[in-house]
Amino acid sequence: MSVMGHPDSAGRFGEFGGRFVPEPLMPAVIELEKTFEEAWGDPEFRAEYRRILREYAGRPTPLYHATRLSELVGTDVWLKREDLAHTGSHKINNVVGQALLARRLGKTRLIAETGAGQHGVATATAAALFGLGCQVFMGEIDVERQALNVFRMQLLGAEVVPVSSGSRTLKDAVNEAMRTWVSCLETSHYCIGSVMGPHPYPYIVREFQRVVGEEASAQFADAAGKSPEWVVACVGGGSNAAGTFAGFADSSAKLIGVEPEGGAAIGKGVKGVVHGMISMFLQDEFGQVEEAQSISAGLDYPGVGPEHAYLAAIGRASYESVGDAEVLEAVRVLARSEGIIPALESAHALAWVIRERARFKEGESVLVTLSGRGDKDAETIAKASGAGL
Amino acid sequence: MTRLETRLRALRDDGRKLVIPYVMAGIGEGWTDYVLAAAAGGADAIEIGVPFSDPSMDGIVIQRAGEVALARGAALGGVLGELKGVSPGIPMLVMTYYNLFYRAGLDRIAGTLAEVGVGGVILPDLPIEEVGPWAAAAAGPGIATVQLVSPVTEGERLVRVAAASEGFVYGVGLMGITGERLKLADTAVDIARRIKAVSDKVVCVGVGVSSPEQAAQVVSAGADGVVVGSALVRRILDGGNPLAVEGFVAELRSAVDTA
Ligand SMILES: Cc1ncc(COP(=O)(O)O)c(C=O)c1O
Repeated sequence: MSVMGHPDSAGRFGEFGGRFVPEPLMPAVIELEKTFEEAWGDPEFRAEYRRILREYAGRPTPLYHATRLSELVGTDVWLKREDLAHTGSHKINNVVGQALLARRLGKTRLIAETGAGQHGVATATAAALFGLGCQVFMGEIDVERQALNVFRMQLLGAEVVPVSSGSRTLKDAVNEAMRTWVSCLETSHYCIGSVMGPHPYPYIVREFQRVVGEEASAQFADAAGKSPEWVVACVGGGSNAAGTFAGFADSSAKLIGVEPEGGAAIGKGVKGVVHGMISMFLQDEFGQVEEAQSISAGLDYPGVGPEHAYLAAIGRASYESVGDAEVLEAVRVLARSEGIIPALESAHALAWVIRERARFKEGESVLVTLSGRGDKDAETIAKASGAGL
Repeated sequence: MTRLETRLRALRDDGRKLVIPYVMAGIGEGWTDYVLAAAAGGADAIEIGVPFSDPSMDGIVIQRAGEVALARGAALGGVLGELKGVSPGIPMLVMTYYNLFYRAGLDRIAGTLAEVGVGGVILPDLPIEEVGPWAAAAAGPGIATVQLVSPVTEGERLVRVAAASEGFVYGVGLMGITGERLKLADTAVDIARRIKAVSDKVVCVGVGVSSPEQAAQVVSAGADGVVVGSALVRRILDGGNPLAVEGFVAELRSAVDTA
């Protein structure tokens, strides 16, 4: 059986996952599960999903052999270029799939949470493409930090709702999206942004991101005539990593998820039940969820998708962390060696490769998912480097 | 049958309509006085909210109250400790989110609840599919786990949820989160009848029941009782003292008694 196969009938990956939502939401998540299973088994649905990714979102994205970076690092590095997908990150793969699901469910509106605004922008994009309404919840603090993305969402026709409760960041935006969803179930689909939340979301989002890993594994085999020994991706909720790992879970590649030091849910978290799932969360001794701290807003989440908690528990994937300073340095290294400015999120994966380069043996190859482009982060990077913009 | 259920059934069978107010634990120094005040005002049971960082089923009033309590350092263990020795003379239920129990250890919490005299719990993010491990821990000490029935809980699922519910069945008055509403939702009028069609358990309706008038409407429509949270908690947030709590509960009492 495949390591990253179907969760069990209770939506569990091992002991993680499940469906911890209030009763008013239960019928909706059960309906979503049924609809997804039917759709994913329907060749027409798959064909349309693939067609939109190809014609609209720019798939397949290239697998790029980063030879100058390889020289610097002293190991063979390949980049899966999700930064070249439409809207600038892998998030588009998921929202195209979920917008198609929304249409199949007869819903006319998408609601979503966003941290950095990348998933919000992607959702607003899909809503525009499908002629759906769109409402995006975003913590007040993130609204301030990511003004550019707020404007992009509005330009795309979405309503951005600032969330003033709790820590006023991503986790609170998730809470507010769930609160709102209950009151508009008939018209609205909750388009969750990562492999998290109640079953079936972690499974749905992984399946819609699987295209990243499947493309990469075929492209790598074509170009190098083998499988990579290492596969590396950054982990916030974990969608780009889950999609990437899905293409390699049954190979012998070592799978590495890279968390931010200040948001290492697997590295430093404790098992808990939050946002509808059993997973690992940063929390205090009483079970109150703590805030994550990271220079990258997209990784600023105190939890992680349940399948990653499972892959860690069974030892199939390892999760390690890097700090903000290493991340900023990795941005600079990639920019100057390859002419690619990565998103701060993606730079976590690169920072790990650079720091751990002594672990790679002669003749091994490292495949890194470059989950997004760094244009959105220019201001943050400038500020952190002491430069103004 | 749990002690809570036996007690609430007896009251119902005597023809009494139940008033179940909600207060937020730890909201102020003498917060247990609000529990006593609610009892003095004529409550039949009381829900004690324990604050959680991510209250996904709560509206702005309960969220604010939770933030105030958390800022004061309220935690599950501490709150339960403060309840020890508080004897309002009516059943106490704890309402919070599952992670607090999960983190503390299910058996340990079930034991502590029984020790301090809490007879039931309401955990809105623990639907029937997931309640197994907690229900196993709660069975020994006889803690009732109340289940929610929502306006979209229908057919065979409605039968199963009502059957799983202990203590009473909590009818959720509307599709939404806790909070006051100017007008009672149609679903709040409808829900008790729908539950009673499949269950002989005590049915109380909450979420969006905001005033004595609305409470009277709900019991007139066939509910055995009402749960009132935000309307009471708002009064506490606005500086209301225990006397104000007692007064508001007394108003609810007389409204349902004369409905
Ligand atoms: C470019 C990029 N990479 C990664 C992430 C983190 O999400 P995930 O862990 O689900 O891939 C984000 C989230 O905003 C992102 O924008």
